Amino acid sequence: MTDTSTPSPPRGAAEQGPAKRRLADRVFLGLSKGAALAIVAILAGVAIFLTAEGIPGITASPDEVKSGETFLAFVLPLVFGTLWSATLALVIALPLAVAVALFVTYYVPRRLGHTLGYVIDLLAAVPSVVFGLWGMRVLAGKLVGPYEWLEAHLGFLPFFAGPASATGRTILTAGIVLAVMIMPIITAIAREVFRQTPVLLEEAALALGATRWEMIRTVVLPHGRSGMIGGAMLGLGRALGETMAVAMVLSASGVVTFNLISSTNPSTIPANIALQFNEASGLTVNALIASGLVLFVITFAVNFAARAIVNRRKEFSGANA
Amino acid sequence: MSTTAPPAPKRDDAPAQLRSWHHPQLPRRSGLAALVIAVVLTSALHAGIGLALVPAILAGWAVVVIGLPVLSYAVEGRRKAFDRLITVIVSSAFALAMIPLVSILWTVLKNGLPVLTPEFFSYSMRNVVGEGGGIYHAIWGTVLITAATAVMSVPLGLLTAIYLVEYGGDGRLAKTIRFLVDVMTGIPSIVAGLFAYALFVVFFGPGVRMGIAGAVALTVLMTPVVVRSSEEMLQLVPNELREAAYALGVPRWRTIVKVVLPTAMAGLVTGITLAVARVIGETAPLLITVGITDSTNFNLFDGRMATLPVFTYSSIMSPGVPPEPSIARAWGAALVLMLIVMVLNLVARLVTYFFSPKDKR
Repeated sequence: MTDTSTPSPPRGAAEQGPAKRRLADRVFLGLSKGAALAIVAILAGVAIFLTAEGIPGITASPDEVKSGETFLAFVLPLVFGTLWSATLALVIALPLAVAVALFVTYYVPRRLGHTLGYVIDLLAAVPSVVFGLWGMRVLAGKLVGPYEWLEAHLGFLPFFAGPASATGRTILTAGIVLAVMIMPIITAIAREVFRQTPVLLEEAALALGATRWEMIRTVVLPHGRSGMIGGAMLGLGRALGETMAVAMVLSASGVVTFNLISSTNPSTIPANIALQFNEASGLTVNALIASGLVLFVITFAVNFAARAIVNRRKEFSGANA
Repeated sequence: MSTTAPPAPKRDDAPAQLRSWHHPQLPRRSGLAALVIAVVLTSALHAGIGLALVPAILAGWAVVVIGLPVLSYAVEGRRKAFDRLITVIVSSAFALAMIPLVSILWTVLKNGLPVLTPEFFSYSMRNVVGEGGGIYHAIWGTVLITAATAVMSVPLGLLTAIYLVEYGGDGRLAKTIRFLVDVMTGIPSIVAGLFAYALFVVFFGPGVRMGIAGAVALTVLMTPVVVRSSEEMLQLVPNELREAAYALGVPRWRTIVKVVLPTAMAGLVTGITLAVARVIGETAPLLITVGITDSTNFNLFDGRMATLPVFTYSSIMSPGVPPEPSIARAWGAALVLMLIVMVLNLVARLVTYFFSPKDKR
């Protein structure tokens, strides 16, 4: 902090000083504002370039692309698969994430809770390709038995109609891997929201004789509801866009089915791009880029809504506090 | 509490009320005891009768999840019993969430460690068929592409954060940019890759693959992370420091460069390290912009490069004729990748720990 004394100009140089100062300041402001605007430009650029390269793929006639279908017929099953796998992941991850967040916030001593929170964050740091590797080489094999059991005992439900996959690389396996991947994000946001619960309200509930669960149900969960919804949607956005884990785990055949455990599974947009892109040429590349544009629009909408919900909550709690 | 006298008078009838308040309770450590019973039962079923591990665990778990609430219901009543049931469920959820983490760490270590020989780090895959070969080329590719990404996204992200905190305040532009940065964090990595490809196709024609395209894709993913963490850190710098500098006649930009940034340095370095850790494992964008190759390529602007994540992916997905060596290499590369990410995370935490402003003063 000693160097602050050196640059301050003597009063005599006042005529030169302010002008120079203002110029340097203006340059710096320009630089940082330019960087901020560049971010907007990049985001716009993503949309523009994807659209520019995607449009030829959308308008291409069926015999010009590898799939041999119109763009709609090509992309709709993929949209279904993307939404379906992400929904599965969310259904599995959301209750688990909320429970884990409750556990580390309310059920263990504070210090231990912090440590356990770090451990959960560690899960978020695992690269997706490692998740994919684990999903296809370890998890899928372990799930063959349970899938056969499900087919035998719950086969009357359309979800478990079977025939059970012999490799275990089904859409449900992909959904479980995705759930493991998005769980840390939802947990992190839920923890954040739970931490913001007014302590006075919690203590008031306990003082009225509520058990721990009654306190959570009447104070914590209502207070954190919109935050949890936002967190869930952020997790959903992640699951929609996750590529490698699905590409590696799923043995996809591009069908539209709700069957969770059979060997014919719907594919997802990102996984399909990853698997097809390097062999594609000509208009097929454009069709793949166009499907990426569809994915971009879907995730953008989900994230937009999620951020709006999370931000609204922030303001709300600020006014409340 | 002790200062106000009034709420004390009805002392005499307290014992009668207390008696009705004090419901019978299970002993204090009964939750722990239930856990011990479950573990004992599980190991007895597994080792004693020879039941498989998963059913044994399920049986042990069922005893606790049913037994403890039922016992509690009999002694303590409905509400306490339900509370205990939820406690068991929430704790089980945490244990369940730990299983994948432990399983991933264990399998990657088990399968990856035997592969890590000196040759694995010093050989590329050039002219390698079957056994042998290594990840020399992939390590270099990852290092170069990540470095190029950092060179682009750190100044961009840091300057944006400076604008948001020091100039933008709560203005409309700053608010919009903050929101867009948030939304940008959610761009799927494969979309970032497609963007970079679409951008480079304009200049280099179809089928373009080069390292710098991958770096551009990763920049799209890394910049918002840098902005968010830097913004948070800059906001922690006390306003008094800025005001003191202004009072001494220091221009604004000099205040930022000489006072604000050094104060927040530890946090900024932590944030940037975590951002690097996050993009270094990205696979999808590199798969479609950089591709994979068997040889070492040091030139970011010329042709395909190998990177650790893509190497892992392609080794497992197209292993070649004897598949075992390639699959083993995939595990080895995955382990190296995990180690890099863990070390970066550890470094980030250590930086916060040792250089936080608290310790400086």
